[in-house]
Amino acid sequence: MYVAVKGGERAIRNAHALLADRRRGNRDTPELTTAQIDEQLALAVDRVMSEGSLYDRGIAALAIKQARGDLIEAIFLVRAYRTTLPRFGFAEPIDTAAMTLSRRVSATYKDLPGGQVLGPTFDYSHRLIDFGLETEDAPAPTAPAATAASDAQGPSPRVTDLIARDDLIERELAPRPGAPVSDITRDALAFPAARDARLQNLARGDEGFLLSLAYSTQRGYGRTHPFVGEIRFGEAAVEMFIDDLGFAVSIGDIALTECQMVNQFTGGDGRPARFTRGYGLAFGQSERKAMSMALVDRALRADEFGEEHKGPAQDEEFVLSHSDNVQATGFVEHLKLPHYVDFQAELALLRQLRRDGGAVAEAAE
Amino acid sequence: MSTRAYNFAYLDEQTKRMIRRAILKAIAIPGYQVPFASREMPMPYGWGTGGVQVTASILGPDDVLKVIDQGADDTTNAVSIRAFFVRTAGVRTTTDTSEATIIQTRHRVPETPLSEGQILVYQVPIPEPLRYLEPRETETRTMHALGEYGVMHVKLYEDISRHGHIATTYAYPARVAGRYIMDPSPIPKFDNPKLDDCPALQLFGAGREKRIYAIPPHTRVVPLDFEDHPFERTKFDSACALCGATDSYLDEVVTDDAGGRLFVCSDTDYCEKRQAAKRKDAAE
Repeated sequence: MYVAVKGGERAIRNAHALLADRRRGNRDTPELTTAQIDEQLALAVDRVMSEGSLYDRGIAALAIKQARGDLIEAIFLVRAYRTTLPRFGFAEPIDTAAMTLSRRVSATYKDLPGGQVLGPTFDYSHRLIDFGLETEDAPAPTAPAATAASDAQGPSPRVTDLIARDDLIERELAPRPGAPVSDITRDALAFPAARDARLQNLARGDEGFLLSLAYSTQRGYGRTHPFVGEIRFGEAAVEMFIDDLGFAVSIGDIALTECQMVNQFTGGDGRPARFTRGYGLAFGQSERKAMSMALVDRALRADEFGEEHKGPAQDEEFVLSHSDNVQATGFVEHLKLPHYVDFQAELALLRQLRRDGGAVAEAAE
Repeated sequence: MSTRAYNFAYLDEQTKRMIRRAILKAIAIPGYQVPFASREMPMPYGWGTGGVQVTASILGPDDVLKVIDQGADDTTNAVSIRAFFVRTAGVRTTTDTSEATIIQTRHRVPETPLSEGQILVYQVPIPEPLRYLEPRETETRTMHALGEYGVMHVKLYEDISRHGHIATTYAYPARVAGRYIMDPSPIPKFDNPKLDDCPALQLFGAGREKRIYAIPPHTRVVPLDFEDHPFERTKFDSACALCGATDSYLDEVVTDDAGGRLFVCSDTDYCEKRQAAKRKDAAE
């Protein structure tokens, strides 16, 4: 008699043991340390922190190790850890104009206060495989003497603030101290979403998804005529207002990439013409993500500016409902869970349909 | 992993309170999808995070938990979820449908009738019954608010005109308490009649979609149909090869590559109980 074997505890235990074994790989190869991941796969750590919504390099590095380098799996691990952490409150808005800059480029001005700082970038590297990295005893690279503009960093106002001084770009909303801030991890997203909720969603959103959407706006599916006003990467202080003290104190510095896009101007009907904005912000050095986010943020403002809808990047429900890779990967991958019962129901119907109308179907062939 | 770092049943008490408020609202408005601030859980979306959050929020130390997937207690995901609650809550578990106080399920309603005091927690992938007809949440919420369910009947009518039958075999939509149309989760339509006037409380959790809805005990749940095309329960031509049941939902098992087929109960507890009873009869 056939006995339906449906799985069970031993199978799961063995699968986990196999996974642990494969994760470690050949025991003769030294085990990867989280410090190595943090230092030498720093951009992977940055991405996992951004999309995991948790600024903790150690946790992110450990998650990458545990996930065998699968970054979405690592992001998932970080999210599931983050959601259990207590919440003390909200930080004060970060002052990115006061960042200690490692990199700062503007595509709109050749030179500007604070200057252009190329910093550590792949931008002008030739993509030739460096076989010198293959050996472990290669000579250590030396950093240039003056590594960062921060050695003598003068004031580096944000480019959008410079443009705003001439009233040529839409004004930023005035800060509203004490106003409630959306938190998409504590409230279900509702549509239409406020811009703070939207930016949170995009900040956690999958880099690949946002990249493709951003790209689609450049190819005509919701054009926004973007200029990179500025990309800056560096460290900014996080301050928190402490009620007992009556003032804000710094609780640490975090590395951030900020992208301010300057876009298609609006105006007319008596209102002066002004450029519009798209905004991107990510943990660590995550330029592709910050730029994509800024483009998509601007595309999603189509209704605000009365622009015609021409592409999916302008469709708020479409974008915000599908940006989260932890949700997406879960739902796509759940298809490998058993669906015997539903499939059986479909089989039964199909057989019934063929019994009822088999002759019709065959005649039509 | 040390489980001491986590609260009873994983979720912190504040989160449980938030979820319980959503559950209470869902019970007060049968069939209405209540948004809630779904948390990331340590298993992926699509694996039952909604059901797990609902169970975690209502579970007490004295509860007896049963977890099934495809009707079976021994499917890998059912085993995994049961192990999760044993580890994080230390509750007693069972495979016996009658003994359980809380039953978490994916895709089935147990064959053994439920009783008062029991809670059936469904894992829900897409809570919105209108979703495949209208992808936009803004639209579907309005349609529910206005009770505008015409498209649903049009879809069923199109099935009939094309196939001669309503071609929905699982996740068959039903009207709850004469008001909201709900998706019963992807249970086979065979199970739909069990939802009606059920003495147990039925809770539905959709984690990724951040929705909870409910059917309070003894609520009218009517599958959508037409007077001349009434709702029909799936019928099987065969009986269970293990216990001989003719009244249960059957899984088809492929036994060889020459067209060999076998049908067995999808509800393993039901099947095993019947087999045990048969053995007892034979021994007597």
